[in-house]
Amino acid sequence: MRWLSRSYLALVYLLLYVPIVVLVIFSFNDSRTGYNWGGLSVRWYESLFSNHAMVQAMWNSLWLALTAATVSTCIGALTALALHRYRFRGKKVLNGMLFVVMMSPEIVLAISLLGLFLLLGLKLGYVSLLLAHVTFCLPFVVITVMARLSGFDERLPEAARDLGASDFTMTRTVLIPVIMPALLAGWLLGFTLSMDDVVVSTFVSGPSYEILPLRIYSMVRVGLKPEVNALGTLLLVFSLAMLMLSQWILSRSKQ
Amino acid sequence: MMQSIRQQPFRAAVLVLVWGWLVFLVLTPNMLVVGASVMTRDPANFISLPLNLDAYRQLFNPLYLEVFLHSLYMAAMTTLVCLLIGYPFAWALSRVEKRRQILLIFLLIVPFWTNSLVRTYALKLILATNGLLNSALMSLGVIDESAQLLYTEGAVIVGLVYLLLPFMILPLYSVFEDLRQDVLLASHDLGAGRFATFKNVIVPLTLPGVLAGVMLVLLPAMGLFFVPDILGGSRNLLVGNVIKNQFLDARNWPFGAAASIVLTLTMALLMFAHRLSKRRLGEEGA
Repeated sequence: MRWLSRSYLALVYLLLYVPIVVLVIFSFNDSRTGYNWGGLSVRWYESLFSNHAMVQAMWNSLWLALTAATVSTCIGALTALALHRYRFRGKKVLNGMLFVVMMSPEIVLAISLLGLFLLLGLKLGYVSLLLAHVTFCLPFVVITVMARLSGFDERLPEAARDLGASDFTMTRTVLIPVIMPALLAGWLLGFTLSMDDVVVSTFVSGPSYEILPLRIYSMVRVGLKPEVNALGTLLLVFSLAMLMLSQWILSRSKQ
Repeated sequence: MMQSIRQQPFRAAVLVLVWGWLVFLVLTPNMLVVGASVMTRDPANFISLPLNLDAYRQLFNPLYLEVFLHSLYMAAMTTLVCLLIGYPFAWALSRVEKRRQILLIFLLIVPFWTNSLVRTYALKLILATNGLLNSALMSLGVIDESAQLLYTEGAVIVGLVYLLLPFMILPLYSVFEDLRQDVLLASHDLGAGRFATFKNVIVPLTLPGVLAGVMLVLLPAMGLFFVPDILGGSRNLLVGNVIKNQFLDARNWPFGAAASIVLTLTMALLMFAHRLSKRRLGEEGA
Protein backbone atom coordinates (compact mmCIF):
# COMPACT_ATOMS: atom_id res chain seq x y z
CA MET A 1 0.00 0.00 0.00
CA ARG A 2 2.78 2.35 1.01
CA TRP A 3 4.90 1.96 -2.11
CA LEU A 4 1.77 2.16 -4.22
CA SER A 5 0.84 5.58 -2.83
CA ARG A 6 4.46 6.73 -3.08
CA SER A 7 4.74 5.74 -6.72
CA TYR A 8 1.42 7.41 -7.43
CA LEU A 9 2.71 10.68 -5.95
CA ALA A 10 5.89 10.33 -7.99
CA LEU A 11 3.94 9.68 -11.19
CA VAL A 12 1.79 12.80 -10.82
CA TYR A 13 4.83 14.96 -10.07
CA LEU A 14 6.51 13.48 -13.12
CA LEU A 15 3.55 14.44 -15.32
CA LEU A 16 3.54 17.96 -13.85
CA TYR A 17 7.22 18.48 -14.52
CA VAL A 18 7.83 16.66 -17.82
CA PRO A 19 6.55 19.53 -20.01
CA ILE A 20 8.66 22.05 -18.09
CA VAL A 21 11.79 19.92 -18.42
CA VAL A 22 11.12 19.36 -22.13
CA LEU A 23 10.78 23.09 -22.62
CA VAL A 24 14.10 23.79 -20.91
CA ILE A 25 15.93 21.09 -22.87
CA PHE A 26 14.47 22.24 -26.18
CA SER A 27 15.49 25.81 -25.51
CA PHE A 28 19.08 24.66 -26.09
CA ASN A 29 18.15 22.78 -29.25
CA ASP A 30 19.93 23.90 -32.40
CA SER A 31 17.27 22.49 -34.74
CA ARG A 32 14.91 24.97 -36.39
CA THR A 33 11.89 22.68 -36.64
CA GLY A 34 11.63 22.42 -32.88
CA TYR A 35 10.92 18.69 -32.67
CA ASN A 36 14.14 16.92 -33.49
CA TRP A 37 17.33 17.26 -31.56
CA GLY A 38 19.90 19.16 -33.59
CA GLY A 39 22.70 19.59 -31.08
CA LEU A 40 23.38 21.99 -28.24
CA SER A 41 23.11 25.71 -28.96
CA VAL A 42 22.23 29.03 -27.38
CA ARG A 43 21.15 30.58 -30.67
CA TRP A 44 17.53 31.08 -29.53
CA TYR A 45 18.70 33.05 -26.54
CA GLU A 46 20.83 35.17 -28.84
CA SER A 47 17.99 35.76 -31.28
CA LEU A 48 15.77 36.68 -28.33
CA PHE A 49 18.05 39.44 -27.13
CA SER A 50 18.80 40.75 -30.60
CA ASN A 51 15.07 41.26 -31.16
CA HIS A 52 14.53 44.88 -30.26
CA ALA A 53 10.74 44.70 -29.82
CA MET A 54 11.15 41.65 -27.60
CA VAL A 55 13.66 43.35 -25.31
CA GLN A 56 11.38 46.39 -25.13
CA ALA A 57 8.44 44.16 -24.14
CA MET A 58 10.61 42.58 -21.43
CA TRP A 59 11.46 45.97 -19.96
CA ASN A 60 7.82 47.05 -20.16
CA SER A 61 6.71 43.92 -18.33
CA LEU A 62 9.36 44.28 -15.66
CA TRP A 63 8.48 47.93 -15.07
CA LEU A 64 4.77 47.16 -14.96
CA ALA A 65 5.27 44.27 -12.52
CA LEU A 66 7.58 46.37 -10.36
CA THR A 67 5.17 49.28 -10.07
CA ALA A 68 2.02 47.15 -9.81
CA ALA A 69 3.54 45.05 -7.03
CA THR A 70 4.69 48.15 -5.15
CA VAL A 71 1.39 50.01 -5.38
CA SER A 72 -0.67 46.93 -4.51
CA THR A 73 1.60 46.18 -1.54
CA CYS A 74 1.12 49.72 -0.19
CA ILE A 75 -2.65 49.76 -0.65
CA GLY A 76 -2.98 46.11 0.38
CA ALA A 77 -1.04 46.69 3.60
CA LEU A 78 -3.17 49.70 4.48
CA THR A 79 -6.32 47.72 3.72
CA ALA A 80 -5.20 44.86 5.93
CA LEU A 81 -4.33 47.28 8.74
CA ALA A 82 -7.70 49.00 8.41
CA LEU A 83 -9.55 45.68 8.46
CA HIS A 84 -7.52 44.50 11.41
CA ARG A 85 -7.54 47.61 13.57
CA TYR A 86 -10.41 49.86 12.77
CA ARG A 87 -14.08 49.44 13.30
CA PHE A 88 -16.04 51.15 10.60
CA ARG A 89 -19.31 50.92 8.83
CA GLY A 90 -19.36 48.68 5.76
CA LYS A 91 -16.42 46.53 6.81
CA LYS A 92 -18.26 43.48 5.55
CA VAL A 93 -18.84 45.16 2.19
CA LEU A 94 -15.11 45.90 1.92
CA ASN A 95 -14.26 42.29 2.73
CA GLY A 96 -16.87 41.17 0.24
CA MET A 97 -15.39 43.26 -2.56
CA LEU A 98 -11.93 41.80 -1.97
CA PHE A 99 -13.46 38.34 -2.00
CA VAL A 100 -15.24 39.07 -5.28
CA VAL A 101 -11.98 40.16 -6.91
CA MET A 102 -10.22 37.01 -5.82
CA MET A 103 -12.96 34.55 -6.68
CA SER A 104 -14.56 35.95 -9.79
CA PRO A 105 -13.24 34.55 -13.07
CA GLU A 106 -10.38 36.67 -14.39
CA ILE A 107 -12.20 37.30 -17.62
CA VAL A 108 -15.11 38.92 -15.79
CA LEU A 109 -12.73 41.28 -14.01
CA ALA A 110 -11.06 41.97 -17.34
CA ILE A 111 -14.19 43.03 -19.21
CA SER A 112 -15.51 45.05 -16.31
CA LEU A 113 -12.28 47.06 -16.19
CA LEU A 114 -12.22 47.48 -19.96
CA GLY A 115 -15.74 48.88 -19.75
CA LEU A 116 -14.71 51.35 -17.06
CA PHE A 117 -11.62 52.54 -18.92
CA LEU A 118 -13.48 53.08 -22.17
CA LEU A 119 -16.28 54.88 -20.38
CA LEU A 120 -13.75 57.23 -18.79
CA GLY A 121 -12.00 57.70 -22.10
CA LEU A 122 -8.74 56.44 -20.63
CA LYS A 123 -6.22 55.53 -23.32
CA LEU A 124 -5.36 51.85 -23.03
CA GLY A 125 -1.70 51.46 -22.18
CA TYR A 126 0.53 51.61 -19.14
CA VAL A 127 -1.94 53.37 -16.83
CA SER A 128 -4.85 51.04 -17.57
CA LEU A 129 -2.59 48.00 -17.16
CA LEU A 130 -1.27 49.34 -13.87
CA LEU A 131 -4.74 49.98 -12.44
CA ALA A 132 -5.92 46.51 -13.50
CA HIS A 133 -2.85 44.68 -12.19
CA VAL A 134 -2.93 46.46 -8.85
CA THR A 135 -6.59 45.50 -8.51
CA PHE A 136 -6.10 41.78 -9.07
CA CYS A 137 -2.97 41.64 -6.88
CA LEU A 138 -4.63 43.49 -4.01
CA PRO A 139 -6.55 40.64 -2.32
CA PHE A 140 -3.46 38.42 -2.26
CA VAL A 141 -1.45 41.07 -0.45
CA VAL A 142 -4.31 41.69 1.99
CA ILE A 143 -4.55 37.99 2.83
CA THR A 144 -0.80 37.61 3.32
CA VAL A 145 -0.64 40.64 5.64
CA MET A 146 -3.82 39.69 7.53
CA ALA A 147 -2.38 36.25 8.23
CA ARG A 148 0.67 37.90 9.77
CA LEU A 149 -1.39 40.34 11.83
CA SER A 150 -3.68 37.66 13.22
CA GLY A 151 -0.88 36.10 15.24
CA PHE A 152 0.26 39.41 16.69
CA ASP A 153 0.23 40.59 20.30
CA GLU A 154 -2.47 43.25 20.55
CA ARG A 155 -0.91 44.85 23.62
CA LEU A 156 2.02 46.27 21.67
CA PRO A 157 0.06 48.87 19.67
CA GLU A 158 -1.94 49.70 22.79
CA ALA A 159 1.26 50.30 24.74
CA ALA A 160 2.51 52.57 21.96
CA ARG A 161 -0.71 54.57 22.09
CA ASP A 162 -0.53 54.83 25.88
CA LEU A 163 2.97 56.21 25.56
CA GLY A 164 1.55 58.99 23.44
CA ALA A 165 2.28 57.82 19.90
CA SER A 166 -0.17 59.01 17.25
CA ASP A 167 -1.92 56.45 15.08
CA PHE A 168 0.51 57.17 12.25
CA THR A 169 3.61 56.95 14.45
CA MET A 170 2.40 53.74 16.02
CA THR A 171 1.74 52.18 12.60
CA ARG A 172 5.16 53.24 11.35
CA THR A 173 7.19 52.13 14.35
CA VAL A 174 5.26 49.10 15.62
CA LEU A 175 3.02 47.57 12.97
CA ILE A 176 5.11 48.04 9.81
CA PRO A 177 8.18 46.22 11.23
CA VAL A 178 5.93 43.36 12.32
CA ILE A 179 4.31 42.91 8.92
CA MET A 180 7.53 43.46 6.95
CA PRO A 181 8.04 39.79 5.98
CA ALA A 182 4.42 39.57 4.83
CA LEU A 183 4.89 42.77 2.82
CA LEU A 184 7.90 41.30 1.06
CA ALA A 185 6.14 38.01 0.37
CA GLY A 186 3.04 39.86 -0.86
CA TRP A 187 5.19 42.07 -3.08
CA LEU A 188 6.89 39.05 -4.65
CA LEU A 189 3.56 37.33 -5.20
CA GLY A 190 2.15 40.47 -6.81
CA PHE A 191 5.21 40.80 -9.01
CA THR A 192 4.85 37.24 -10.25
CA LEU A 193 1.10 37.49 -10.81
CA SER A 194 1.63 40.63 -12.83
CA MET A 195 4.44 39.13 -14.93
CA ASP A 196 2.32 36.09 -15.77
CA ASP A 197 -1.06 37.60 -16.42
CA VAL A 198 -2.52 37.01 -19.87
CA VAL A 199 -6.28 37.18 -19.45
CA VAL A 200 -6.69 40.63 -17.92
CA SER A 201 -3.87 42.19 -19.95
CA THR A 202 -5.38 40.99 -23.23
CA PHE A 203 -8.33 43.26 -22.57
CA VAL A 204 -6.82 46.36 -20.99
CA SER A 205 -3.59 46.82 -22.94
CA GLY A 206 -3.14 48.95 -25.99
CA PRO A 207 -0.62 49.07 -28.83
CA SER A 208 1.36 51.81 -27.09
CA TYR A 209 2.64 49.51 -24.36
CA GLU A 210 3.46 45.96 -25.39
CA ILE A 211 4.14 43.51 -22.57
CA LEU A 212 5.83 40.12 -22.59
CA PRO A 213 2.92 37.71 -21.95
CA LEU A 214 0.91 39.22 -24.78
CA ARG A 215 3.90 39.03 -27.11
CA ILE A 216 4.34 35.36 -26.22
CA TYR A 217 0.62 34.84 -26.75
CA SER A 218 0.71 36.20 -30.27
CA MET A 219 3.81 34.09 -31.00
CA VAL A 220 2.48 30.75 -29.79
CA ARG A 221 -0.94 31.02 -31.39
CA VAL A 222 0.60 30.22 -34.74
CA GLY A 223 2.79 27.14 -34.68
CA LEU A 224 5.95 26.55 -32.70
CA LYS A 225 8.60 29.19 -32.21
CA PRO A 226 11.95 28.03 -30.80
CA GLU A 227 12.51 31.49 -29.29
CA VAL A 228 9.55 30.85 -27.01
CA ASN A 229 11.39 27.88 -25.47
CA ALA A 230 14.27 30.14 -24.54
CA LEU A 231 12.01 32.90 -23.27
CA GLY A 232 9.91 30.42 -21.30
CA THR A 233 13.04 28.99 -19.69
CA LEU A 234 14.19 32.44 -18.65
CA LEU A 235 10.79 33.25 -17.17
CA LEU A 236 10.77 29.92 -15.38
CA VAL A 237 14.14 30.49 -13.75
CA PHE A 238 13.08 34.00 -12.86
CA SER A 239 9.83 33.05 -11.13
CA LEU A 240 11.49 30.11 -9.42
CA ALA A 241 14.01 32.51 -7.92
CA MET A 242 11.20 34.82 -6.80
CA LEU A 243 9.27 31.95 -5.21
CA MET A 244 12.31 30.68 -3.34
CA LEU A 245 13.09 34.17 -2.15
CA SER A 246 9.58 34.64 -0.77
CA GLN A 247 9.60 31.22 0.92
CA TRP A 248 12.97 32.02 2.44
CA ILE A 249 11.74 35.37 3.78
CA LEU A 250 8.61 33.80 5.26
CA SER A 251 10.42 30.86 6.87
CA ARG A 252 13.16 33.10 8.27
CA SER A 253 10.61 35.41 9.88
CA LYS A 254 8.92 32.50 11.63
CA GLN A 255 12.07 31.52 13.50
CA MET B 1 -17.39 62.86 10.58
CA MET B 2 -15.35 66.09 10.36
CA GLN B 3 -14.41 65.69 13.97
CA SER B 4 -13.16 62.16 13.51
CA ILE B 5 -11.04 63.30 10.56
CA ARG B 6 -9.43 65.92 12.72
CA GLN B 7 -8.92 63.46 15.56
CA GLN B 8 -7.53 60.64 13.46
CA PRO B 9 -6.27 61.98 10.15
CA PHE B 10 -4.31 58.81 9.39
CA ARG B 11 -7.29 56.55 9.91
CA ALA B 12 -9.44 58.74 7.71
CA ALA B 13 -6.83 58.83 4.94
CA VAL B 14 -6.45 55.05 4.95
CA LEU B 15 -10.17 54.44 4.81
CA VAL B 16 -10.71 56.95 2.00
CA LEU B 17 -7.91 55.42 -0.07
CA VAL B 18 -9.06 51.83 0.41
CA TRP B 19 -12.72 52.57 -0.15
CA GLY B 20 -11.94 54.78 -3.11
CA TRP B 21 -9.88 52.15 -4.86
CA LEU B 22 -12.37 49.34 -4.37
CA VAL B 23 -15.45 51.37 -5.28
CA PHE B 24 -13.76 52.83 -8.34
CA LEU B 25 -12.12 49.66 -9.67
CA VAL B 26 -14.32 46.85 -8.38
CA LEU B 27 -17.83 48.02 -7.62
CA THR B 28 -18.32 50.48 -10.49
CA PRO B 29 -16.92 48.20 -13.23
CA ASN B 30 -19.09 45.31 -12.07
CA MET B 31 -22.17 47.54 -12.07
CA LEU B 32 -21.22 48.59 -15.59
CA VAL B 33 -21.20 44.98 -16.75
CA VAL B 34 -24.63 44.39 -15.26
CA GLY B 35 -25.84 47.57 -16.93
CA ALA B 36 -24.31 46.73 -20.29
CA SER B 37 -25.96 43.31 -20.33
CA VAL B 38 -29.46 44.79 -20.43
CA MET B 39 -28.71 47.48 -23.02
CA THR B 40 -28.75 47.42 -26.79
CA ARG B 41 -25.73 46.88 -28.99
CA ASP B 42 -24.55 50.03 -30.67
CA PRO B 43 -21.84 50.01 -33.34
CA ALA B 44 -20.56 53.50 -32.48
CA ASN B 45 -20.77 53.70 -28.68
CA PHE B 46 -20.73 49.96 -27.89
CA ILE B 47 -24.00 50.21 -25.95
CA SER B 48 -27.13 52.33 -26.09
CA LEU B 49 -30.69 52.43 -24.84
CA PRO B 50 -33.37 51.00 -24.80
CA LEU B 51 -33.08 48.47 -22.02
CA ASN B 52 -33.97 44.90 -22.93
CA LEU B 53 -33.09 41.29 -22.34
CA ASP B 54 -32.07 40.52 -25.92
CA ALA B 55 -28.52 39.66 -24.93
CA TYR B 56 -29.72 37.00 -22.53
CA ARG B 57 -32.13 35.69 -25.14
CA GLN B 58 -29.24 35.49 -27.57
CA LEU B 59 -27.42 33.13 -25.19
CA PHE B 60 -30.08 30.55 -26.03
CA ASN B 61 -29.52 30.92 -29.74
CA PRO B 62 -28.75 27.32 -30.84
CA LEU B 63 -25.39 28.39 -32.26
CA TYR B 64 -24.14 29.79 -28.96
CA LEU B 65 -25.98 27.29 -26.83
CA GLU B 66 -23.99 24.57 -28.55
CA VAL B 67 -20.70 26.36 -27.84
CA PHE B 68 -21.69 26.91 -24.22
CA LEU B 69 -22.73 23.32 -23.68
CA HIS B 70 -19.53 22.06 -25.29
CA SER B 71 -17.50 24.41 -23.09
CA LEU B 72 -19.42 23.27 -20.03
CA TYR B 73 -18.78 19.66 -21.02
CA MET B 74 -15.02 20.26 -21.39
CA ALA B 75 -14.91 22.15 -18.09
CA ALA B 76 -16.85 19.36 -16.36
CA MET B 77 -14.51 16.71 -17.79
CA THR B 78 -11.52 18.77 -16.66
CA THR B 79 -12.96 19.01 -13.16
CA LEU B 80 -13.73 15.29 -13.07
CA VAL B 81 -10.22 14.33 -14.21
CA CYS B 82 -8.69 16.75 -11.69
CA LEU B 83 -10.82 15.22 -8.95
CA LEU B 84 -9.97 11.64 -9.93
CA ILE B 85 -6.24 12.43 -10.00
CA GLY B 86 -6.27 14.90 -7.11
CA TYR B 87 -8.33 13.02 -4.52
CA PRO B 88 -6.02 10.02 -4.10
CA PHE B 89 -3.06 12.35 -4.56
CA ALA B 90 -4.08 14.64 -1.70
CA TRP B 91 -4.80 11.60 0.45
CA ALA B 92 -1.40 10.08 -0.20
CA LEU B 93 0.26 13.46 0.29
CA SER B 94 -1.36 13.98 3.70
CA ARG B 95 0.12 10.67 4.88
CA VAL B 96 3.73 11.43 3.98
CA GLU B 97 6.00 12.43 6.90
CA LYS B 98 5.56 16.08 7.84
CA ARG B 99 9.14 17.02 7.04
CA ARG B 100 8.83 15.87 3.44
CA GLN B 101 5.35 17.32 3.01
CA ILE B 102 6.75 20.85 3.01
CA LEU B 103 9.00 20.08 0.06
CA LEU B 104 6.21 18.27 -1.80
CA ILE B 105 3.79 21.16 -1.32
CA PHE B 106 6.48 23.51 -2.54
CA LEU B 107 6.89 21.41 -5.70
CA LEU B 108 3.15 21.65 -6.19
CA ILE B 109 3.02 25.44 -6.05
CA VAL B 110 6.04 26.00 -8.29
CA PRO B 111 3.86 25.59 -11.40
CA PHE B 112 1.39 28.10 -9.94
CA TRP B 113 4.19 30.67 -9.95
CA THR B 114 5.36 29.94 -13.47
CA ASN B 115 3.90 31.41 -16.60
CA SER B 116 0.78 29.43 -17.55
CA LEU B 117 1.07 30.47 -21.18
CA VAL B 118 4.56 29.04 -21.40
CA ARG B 119 3.45 25.82 -19.76
CA THR B 120 0.56 25.46 -22.19
CA TYR B 121 3.01 25.98 -25.01
CA ALA B 122 5.28 23.30 -23.54
CA LEU B 123 2.38 20.84 -23.85
CA LYS B 124 2.18 21.71 -27.52
CA LEU B 125 5.78 20.52 -27.96
CA ILE B 126 4.72 17.16 -26.59
CA LEU B 127 1.34 16.74 -28.28
CA ALA B 128 2.19 18.03 -31.78
CA THR B 129 1.85 15.71 -34.79
CA ASN B 130 5.61 15.20 -34.97
CA GLY B 131 6.02 15.96 -31.28
CA LEU B 132 7.54 13.91 -28.52
CA LEU B 133 4.57 11.76 -27.57
CA ASN B 134 3.90 10.66 -31.13
CA SER B 135 7.54 9.85 -31.83
CA ALA B 136 7.83 7.98 -28.55
CA LEU B 137 4.73 5.90 -29.31
CA MET B 138 5.91 5.21 -32.84
CA SER B 139 9.38 4.12 -31.81
CA LEU B 140 7.82 1.81 -29.23
CA GLY B 141 5.68 0.35 -31.99
CA VAL B 142 2.40 1.21 -30.29
CA ILE B 143 1.16 3.14 -33.31
CA ASP B 144 2.23 3.06 -36.96
CA GLU B 145 1.65 6.65 -37.98
CA SER B 146 1.37 9.79 -35.91
CA ALA B 147 -2.02 10.34 -34.33
CA GLN B 148 -3.78 13.68 -34.31
CA LEU B 149 -3.41 14.73 -30.69
CA LEU B 150 -3.25 18.48 -31.05
CA TYR B 151 -6.31 20.59 -31.91
CA THR B 152 -8.70 18.11 -30.34
CA GLU B 153 -11.13 18.25 -27.47
CA GLY B 154 -8.80 15.93 -25.57
CA ALA B 155 -5.86 18.30 -25.96
CA VAL B 156 -7.88 21.17 -24.46
CA ILE B 157 -8.91 19.01 -21.50
CA VAL B 158 -5.32 17.84 -20.97
CA GLY B 159 -4.15 21.46 -21.06
CA LEU B 160 -6.77 22.61 -18.58
CA VAL B 161 -6.07 19.71 -16.22
CA TYR B 162 -2.37 20.46 -16.40
CA LEU B 163 -2.89 24.10 -15.46
CA LEU B 164 -5.60 23.61 -12.84
CA LEU B 165 -4.65 20.41 -11.02
CA PRO B 166 -2.86 22.18 -8.11
CA PHE B 167 -6.05 24.18 -7.46
CA MET B 168 -7.92 20.92 -6.92
CA ILE B 169 -5.20 19.30 -4.84
CA LEU B 170 -4.55 22.11 -2.35
CA PRO B 171 -8.07 22.36 -0.82
CA LEU B 172 -8.33 18.56 -0.82
CA TYR B 173 -5.00 18.31 0.95
CA SER B 174 -6.18 20.69 3.64
CA VAL B 175 -9.29 18.60 4.42
CA PHE B 176 -7.26 15.39 4.48
CA GLU B 177 -4.85 17.12 6.86
CA ASP B 178 -7.77 17.75 9.22
CA LEU B 179 -9.07 14.21 8.92
CA ARG B 180 -8.23 12.67 12.25
CA GLN B 181 -6.86 9.16 12.39
CA ASP B 182 -8.98 8.27 15.44
CA VAL B 183 -12.18 8.87 13.47
CA LEU B 184 -11.09 6.23 10.98
CA LEU B 185 -10.10 3.87 13.80
CA ALA B 186 -13.45 4.42 15.50
CA SER B 187 -15.22 3.53 12.29
CA HIS B 188 -13.12 0.38 12.02
CA ASP B 189 -13.78 -0.53 15.65
CA LEU B 190 -17.50 -0.16 15.08
CA GLY B 191 -17.23 -2.85 12.48
CA ALA B 192 -17.18 -0.86 9.27
CA GLY B 193 -15.16 -2.31 6.42
CA ARG B 194 -12.78 -0.27 4.30
CA PHE B 195 -15.41 0.64 1.75
CA ALA B 196 -18.05 1.52 4.35
CA THR B 197 -15.57 3.75 6.16
CA PHE B 198 -14.68 5.45 2.90
CA LYS B 199 -18.31 5.97 1.91
CA ASN B 200 -19.74 6.96 5.31
CA VAL B 201 -16.83 8.70 7.00
CA ILE B 202 -14.12 9.86 4.62
CA VAL B 203 -16.27 11.14 1.75
CA PRO B 204 -18.63 13.26 3.89
CA LEU B 205 -15.74 14.71 5.88
CA THR B 206 -13.78 15.67 2.78
CA LEU B 207 -16.78 17.00 0.86
CA PRO B 208 -16.09 20.70 1.60
CA GLY B 209 -12.62 20.23 0.14
CA VAL B 210 -14.07 18.56 -2.94
CA LEU B 211 -16.50 21.43 -3.48
CA ALA B 212 -13.80 24.05 -2.93
CA GLY B 213 -11.63 22.27 -5.47
CA VAL B 214 -14.48 22.00 -7.96
CA MET B 215 -15.09 25.73 -7.54
CA LEU B 216 -11.46 26.59 -8.14
CA VAL B 217 -11.23 24.38 -11.24
CA LEU B 218 -14.61 24.51 -12.96
CA LEU B 219 -14.80 28.29 -13.43
CA PRO B 220 -11.29 28.94 -14.71
CA ALA B 221 -11.82 25.91 -16.96
CA MET B 222 -14.54 27.91 -18.70
CA GLY B 223 -12.57 31.15 -18.84
CA LEU B 224 -8.96 30.34 -19.79
CA PHE B 225 -9.33 31.30 -23.42
CA PHE B 226 -5.68 30.90 -24.33
CA VAL B 227 -5.74 27.13 -23.81
CA PRO B 228 -8.07 26.37 -26.74
CA ASP B 229 -6.28 29.06 -28.75
CA ILE B 230 -3.01 27.19 -28.39
CA LEU B 231 -4.13 23.55 -28.16
CA GLY B 232 -7.70 23.27 -29.35
CA GLY B 233 -8.18 24.79 -32.76
CA SER B 234 -11.32 26.63 -33.73
CA ARG B 235 -13.87 23.97 -32.87
CA ASN B 236 -13.16 23.57 -29.17
CA LEU B 237 -14.03 26.96 -27.73
CA LEU B 238 -14.59 27.90 -24.12
CA VAL B 239 -17.10 30.41 -22.77
CA GLY B 240 -14.03 32.60 -22.26
CA ASN B 241 -13.31 32.57 -25.99
CA VAL B 242 -16.89 33.59 -26.75
CA ILE B 243 -16.76 36.46 -24.26
CA LYS B 244 -13.42 37.60 -25.61
CA ASN B 245 -14.58 37.44 -29.23
CA GLN B 246 -17.79 39.27 -28.46
CA PHE B 247 -15.99 42.06 -26.63
CA LEU B 248 -12.83 42.52 -28.62
CA ASP B 249 -13.71 41.39 -32.15
CA ALA B 250 -17.48 41.51 -32.66
CA ARG B 251 -17.85 44.52 -30.32
CA ASN B 252 -21.12 43.09 -29.07
CA TRP B 253 -20.91 44.28 -25.48
CA PRO B 254 -24.38 43.40 -24.22
CA PHE B 255 -23.89 39.80 -25.30
CA GLY B 256 -20.40 39.51 -23.83
CA ALA B 257 -21.62 41.08 -20.59
CA ALA B 258 -24.59 38.71 -20.36
CA ALA B 259 -22.30 35.72 -20.91
CA SER B 260 -19.97 36.85 -18.15
CA ILE B 261 -22.88 37.41 -15.78
CA VAL B 262 -24.00 33.85 -16.37
CA LEU B 263 -20.45 32.78 -15.54
CA THR B 264 -20.47 34.83 -12.33
CA LEU B 265 -23.86 33.43 -11.29
CA THR B 266 -22.52 29.91 -11.78
CA MET B 267 -19.70 30.79 -9.42
CA ALA B 268 -22.11 32.22 -6.85
CA LEU B 269 -24.16 29.03 -7.01
CA LEU B 270 -21.09 26.87 -6.42
CA MET B 271 -19.98 29.02 -3.49
CA PHE B 272 -23.44 28.72 -1.99
CA ALA B 273 -23.23 24.91 -2.25
CA HIS B 274 -19.80 25.00 -0.64
CA ARG B 275 -21.08 27.06 2.29
CA LEU B 276 -24.06 24.78 2.71
CA SER B 277 -21.91 21.66 2.86
CA LYS B 278 -19.60 23.25 5.41
CA ARG B 279 -22.49 24.36 7.57
CA ARG B 280 -24.10 20.94 7.48
CA LEU B 281 -20.82 19.39 8.50
CA GLY B 282 -20.48 21.86 11.36
CA GLU B 283 -23.93 21.01 12.69
CA GLU B 284 -23.27 17.29 12.54
CA GLY B 285 -19.95 17.73 14.28
CA ALA B 286 -21.43 19.81 17.09
